[in-house]
Parts: sequence; structure tokens; C-alpha cells
Amino acid sequence: MVTLVGILDLARFQFAMTTIFHFFFVPMSIGLGVVVSVMETMYVIKKDDVYKKMAQFWGKIFLLSFAVGVVTGLIQEFQFGMNWSEYSRYVGDIFGSLLAIEALVAFFAESTFIGLWSFTWDRFKPGIHVLFIWITTIGSGISALWILAANAFMQNPVGYAIDNHLGRAQLVSFGALIKNQQLWVQFPHVVTGTLVTAGFLVAGMSAFKLLKLKKGDSQIIFFRKSINIALVIGIIGVAGALASGDRHAFELQSMQPMKYAAMEGVDKTIDSSKRKDKAQPWSLISVTNPKTHKVIAKVEIPYVLSILGNHSLTGGNTVGTSELEKEFQKKYGKTHSDIKDYYVPENTLFYAFRVMAVGAGGLLMLALVALWMNRKKTTLILTQRWFLWIMGIAIYVPFVINTAGWLVTELGRYPWVVYGLMPISDAVSPNVSVASLLISNIVYFLTFATIGGIMVWLARRVLQAGPYAEEEEQSSPSDPYSQLAKGGEA
Amino acid sequence: MSTLEVVWFVIVGTLWAGFFFLEGFDFGIGMQFVFNARDQKDREALYQAIGPNWDANEVWLVSAGGTMFAAFPFWYASLFSGFYLMLFIVLLSLIYRGVAFEFREHMPTIQGTHVWENLIALTSFLVPFFLGMIFTAMVSGTPIDARGNLSAGFFDYVTPFTLVGGVAVSLMSYVHGLNYTRLRIDGQLRERALVQLKYLYPVLLAGEALFAVLLYFYTDFIQTKAIQILALLVILVVTTLIGWFLAIKKQQETVPFILSGFALMAVVVLLFVGLFPRVMVANNPLHSLTVITASSSAYTLKVMTIVVLLALPVTLVYQIWSFWVFRKRIVSHKVIE
Repeated sequence: MVTLVGILDLARFQFAMTTIFHFFFVPMSIGLGVVVSVMETMYVIKKDDVYKKMAQFWGKIFLLSFAVGVVTGLIQEFQFGMNWSEYSRYVGDIFGSLLAIEALVAFFAESTFIGLWSFTWDRFKPGIHVLFIWITTIGSGISALWILAANAFMQNPVGYAIDNHLGRAQLVSFGALIKNQQLWVQFPHVVTGTLVTAGFLVAGMSAFKLLKLKKGDSQIIFFRKSINIALVIGIIGVAGALASGDRHAFELQSMQPMKYAAMEGVDKTIDSSKRKDKAQPWSLISVTNPKTHKVIAKVEIPYVLSILGNHSLTGGNTVGTSELEKEFQKKYGKTHSDIKDYYVPENTLFYAFRVMAVGAGGLLMLALVALWMNRKKTTLILTQRWFLWIMGIAIYVPFVINTAGWLVTELGRYPWVVYGLMPISDAVSPNVSVASLLISNIVYFLTFATIGGIMVWLARRVLQAGPYAEEEEQSSPSDPYSQLAKGGEA
Repeated sequence: MSTLEVVWFVIVGTLWAGFFFLEGFDFGIGMQFVFNARDQKDREALYQAIGPNWDANEVWLVSAGGTMFAAFPFWYASLFSGFYLMLFIVLLSLIYRGVAFEFREHMPTIQGTHVWENLIALTSFLVPFFLGMIFTAMVSGTPIDARGNLSAGFFDYVTPFTLVGGVAVSLMSYVHGLNYTRLRIDGQLRERALVQLKYLYPVLLAGEALFAVLLYFYTDFIQTKAIQILALLVILVVTTLIGWFLAIKKQQETVPFILSGFALMAVVVLLFVGLFPRVMVANNPLHSLTVITASSSAYTLKVMTIVVLLALPVTLVYQIWSFWVFRKRIVSHKVIE
């Protein structure tokens, strides 16, 4: 029994670690795909070389993040079988098919066209070449759709029936998987999140570069234009993330009420009709005792939870965690007697949710001010160096937000691996040793830290060299054949 | 046994075979970063030869794994948890190999670039080696319990048969990569590849003979399916012989390359034919997983069949088109430093 707990903890740690790390680079590369696609499209339309340079320069950062995203994703594909074999047996019929479709439909397109895009700048007309990056970007978006369909099934299982003879869940309606309500609140939220990540990354890197450039440097125009494109995409992203996030939280009330109650710090049910103001107050600060699961301190703002949870100034009610606990005990107690309780880590969810909301609001304001300061007429943004610093540091905010989002999503489905169907403790591979998991955890961690660090270091070097470095050095990773032609003439 | 279960066994086998044909040569190119290249121009030419395609080639592996999960979840669960550490090494190698292709060109010093290039060569050997070991161990029988859980010791995984299997797959990939160099690259690399092939073809044939002998002792393939397995072994040896003759005596390039790819595919086909209808061979025959006991529901298989019928033809068209776009020969001594 002791060893089994060890396996479970180690497997959970591995899943959390590898997923969080993978999800640093996924939104970065999907979002950068959009940014680069937009830049190259502007080149095709405006025929101004600065946009081509932009697509190529930010394309290098895109390729670096894409490489790390792909290799860290490999683990995701295989760790279900390695660490979670019981899970794979139980829902492979459904979950496995979504993963396979992701590979067949999305990965092939992404990987083939990213190869075509990065090696054929000089061989295809701009109007054709731009299609390659768009197909890559759309492919990565489609890949997000399928993997989120798989995650949505874990959060809100639909379209299945239990086969008691085989002891597993089986697919009965593929359409239901695609129409899963959870998928259609999660997918827009993740996609808009990728735009936020890439938008503020490009803007922030440009800001850092502007801090280094001397007055009159020809690169200034390049990075100022980059900021404009990136932040317009970033603003679209933030606005979309706020709207879809609101929708997502709203739907949670019916799909995963325990997650919702923990996110809002509601331990005792709030019934607005029994309150004087007929409205639900919203906790700005809340501390829950993790042992008793009771809120021991909070700061409330009236009306706000009615606005968020009822989409109206008053009314609605929020079932508290203590009542849900009783409800779940009654509902699942007989079939899952080994589950101790159904509480989720309240404080983590509460503050992770606020990190998302506050972070998004801050980024939105930052982007609006930055665009205003970066208007064509003025050089305001160049003189306000403190502001460039803030933009640079803001690079990290979306990464924190993305991680917070996944913490809410994944910790909030505790104790289930598939909500209401399979507890996490039943999902782990029984035949994998603690030693194997320990070794793989340590080596993965060191590997990820190393390649993540090198990726950031190389991206900084690309930025230092600047977009016009190659014209001086004359070396390009692009088309080998055009180089041959040059070499032949020489 | 339903038709779709058989169809999906064939599809999974096809994806593995396609993976070894395609990534086989880019593993072989990767190993040449150390065993064939002499200078930076050579290594750049090697990279250019697979740069646009290696990533898509690797998706065949991801698809093979994904379709195993979808169509035979009990196979996927038993195999991947049972061969934990070997698969871990494969994944780790693929991680370093994948970033190495991207990182090498950004390194500030030539020494830094070399670190990644040496890693490409090492991991390009390790992946086919351990996949070869996993596959040969899988077909030779492992301790699987009634639930399908595999708990094996070191000597279940490491036997003369699995070691030969691992070396054979790596060597076949290397030969396949040399043939690809002959086909795609000009100059010194191409000439040295011919010299290496001259020595390696006989070694490969000896290895294949040894593999056939060990197959007899470590699996029940020849005992139970004598005609099919012997026919496939003959195909394996004959493709290698013809490839040897055409590559060395006739100095041809295209056909030997296709044949070395076919040889890799023949090994996959041989293992899958020998397995059928099992998917995992247990020491206790009662515990062997079969296409029936490991498979998904009929409905899922139907959905997946429709997906594959829609997706795979399109995929093949653009992947082949991509190879056609990059069909020209790369001249190693003319590629810019």
C-alpha cells in the first residue's frame, strides 16, 4: 500500500510537471504561428519588405518554441500508457481515438508544412508561401481542438456507456464528444490564450530591443511595427479570453459545481433570496483551512458574484463546498467507497482564478496604453524607458496565467481522473516501479529545465542579433537550393 | 474476430512500417553526422537533406502510438507500461534529437554546434536500437498476468535475440540512410557512403541470417507459421541482396534506397504476421493479448476507420508532394558554411 501511494504521487507529479512545461510552449507556438501568419499576409498584401523580415525574424522564435513544444508533447502521447495504464484501458476506447485523430489530422499537416515554410522562402511566390504558415497555424489550432476534446471528456464525460463485462467505458456517440459543452467553452478560451501569450511575447521582446537601440537606428521602425501587430493580436486575445473565461466559469456551475465553489471561495451555500440585498457577494480575498475545508477569512464585495454567476445584478445561488461534499458522498459513496472526500484544493483554485482575472485585466490596460504611446506621430514610447521595461516584464504574465488556468482545470476535477467515473487512484499503472518513476521524473525535470533554458537563451541571442543580422553575415537556414545557385555563381 | 479488428491490426502495422521506412533514413542520416561527415559543410548538407522532412516522418511514430491507443487500448497500456524504461530512453532520445536539429544552427560557437550534432548521431542510433529491442522482446514472450500487466525482469528484455534485433534495426536504418545520402547528396559524402555500403551490406546479410536463426529459438513464429515467415525471411534477404548488387555493382541509387526501406518494412511485416492474432505474447499463452481481447469497441473502430480513410490519402498526397519539392540533389562542398 505504501509503495502504491508512492507510484500515484510520482505519476501525478510527472503529469503535472510535463504538462505545465509542455503548456509553456504550446500557446507560445500556436500564438506565434498566428502572429507570423499575419505578418507574412501583410507582406503579401502591402508588398513591403519590412513585413517579410518580420515574418522571418519572429519565425525564428516560432521555430524554436515549436521544436520544444513538439518534443515535450511526445511525452504526453505516451505517458498515458506508461504511467496510467489502467486509465488507458478504462477509457482508451474514447480518449485514445481522440489522441489518434489529433495525430492523423493535425500533426501531419503541421509538421509537413512547417518544413515547407521554413525551407522555401526563395522558391515559391509570396502568395503561395504564406499558405504554408497558415496551414501550419491552422493545423496547430486543430490539434488543440482534438486534445481539448480529450480533456473535455475527462472533465465532463459524454457519449459513452459502461461495458460491465469488460469493465470499461465505451464510445456510443462520437458526435457527443465533439458537441461536448465543456469543449466549446474550453477551446475558445485556450485559443484566445495563445494569442495573449504570443502577442505580449513579441511586444515585450520588441520593448527589450528598443531599450538597447540607439536613436536613429533603422531597426526601431521594425520593432515599433512589430509591437503594433502583436498588441492588436494580444488585445483580441485578452478580450476573447475574458469573454470565454466568463462563459467557462458560468457553465462550471452545472458541470463541476465543486470546482466553481472552490474558485469563488464559497464553503457555505449562498442563497441570494435569503439575503437582504438579494445578491451574492464575491470574495476578493479568501482563506480556507485545508483540513476543515472552512473559510476562515474573507473580504467580500457585494453583488459581484451575482453578476458573474447569474449574469444579473442580483439573484442566483451558489452551492457551497460543504453541501456539495454531502451531496457527492451520497451520490458516489456506494460505488466509490475508497474515496475519502470530494474537496478540491480550495486556496489554489481561488487564487489561481484571481491570477487569471487580474492578469488579463492588467494586460488589457497595458496593451491599450502601449498602442497609444506607440502611435505613428510620436516617439513617446522610446523616451518612456520605464514603460518599455514593464512591457518586457509582462512577457511572463501570460505564462503564469496559462499555468494558473490549468491548475484550476486539472486540480479542480479532483478526486476524479474522469469526472464522476474513475478516481485518480484507480488510473495509475500498477506494474511500474517507484524506481522507474523516480528516475524518469528526475531526468525529465533536468531535461526540460535544460532545453527550456537553452531555448530562452537562444531566443535572446536571436533578438540581440536583430532582424538584419543575416544581410551582414549572409547565412540563412532557408532554402538550400537558392544557396546552391548563389554558390554556383560565385 | 471482426473484420475491423483485423483491418486495424493491419493499419497499426502499416503505420509502424511507414515510420521505419521514412524515419529509418533520417536516423541513418543522423548517424552519419559522426560516421560519415568530415567537416561542417558535410554536416550542413546532411541536415539539409532531411531538414524539411524529419519532423513529418516522426509523426508516423506518433500516429502509430496513437492508433494503438485508439484501436487496441489494452495493447497500448500493456506495452507502454511494461517496457517503461526502454520507452523512456526512446522518448528522451527523441526529445534531444528534436531540439538538436533546431538548436544546432543557433549556437554561437562551432563547439556548441558539435555538441548537438553528436547528440543527433547518438540519439539516431538509440531510437531504432531500443525500438528494435522492444519489438523483438514483445514477440518473444514476456511475463504478462491475467489482467494484462507486464512485470518483467532485466533478462526478459535483454536477450541475444533482442540485442540482435536492436542492432539489426539500427544497422538497417544506417544502410537506408547511406542509400539516402547516395540519392540526395553529391560530392564526398556520396562517395564515402558507397565505400561504407560496400562493407556494410555483407555485415547486414550476416545479421539477417543470425536474426532468422534466433527467431527460431526465441519465438514460435517458424514453428506455427512456417510458410509465411520463411517467405518473409526470403524477401528480407533477397531485397538486401538485390540492393547490394545494384548499389555496388551497378552504382544505382533509387532502387537500392527503396529496397533498403522495404527491408525495414519487411521486418515489421514479419513481426506482425508472426504475432497475429496476438498483439502481445505472454509466457503463459492464456494471458497473451489478441486483436480480440485488446481491441476497442466496434463503434470506435468504425469511427476511426472513417477518419483514416478521409485523412490518410490527403496526408500521403501532401507528404509526397513535399518530398517532390525537395527532390534536388544537395552538393555538400558548395553549401554555404
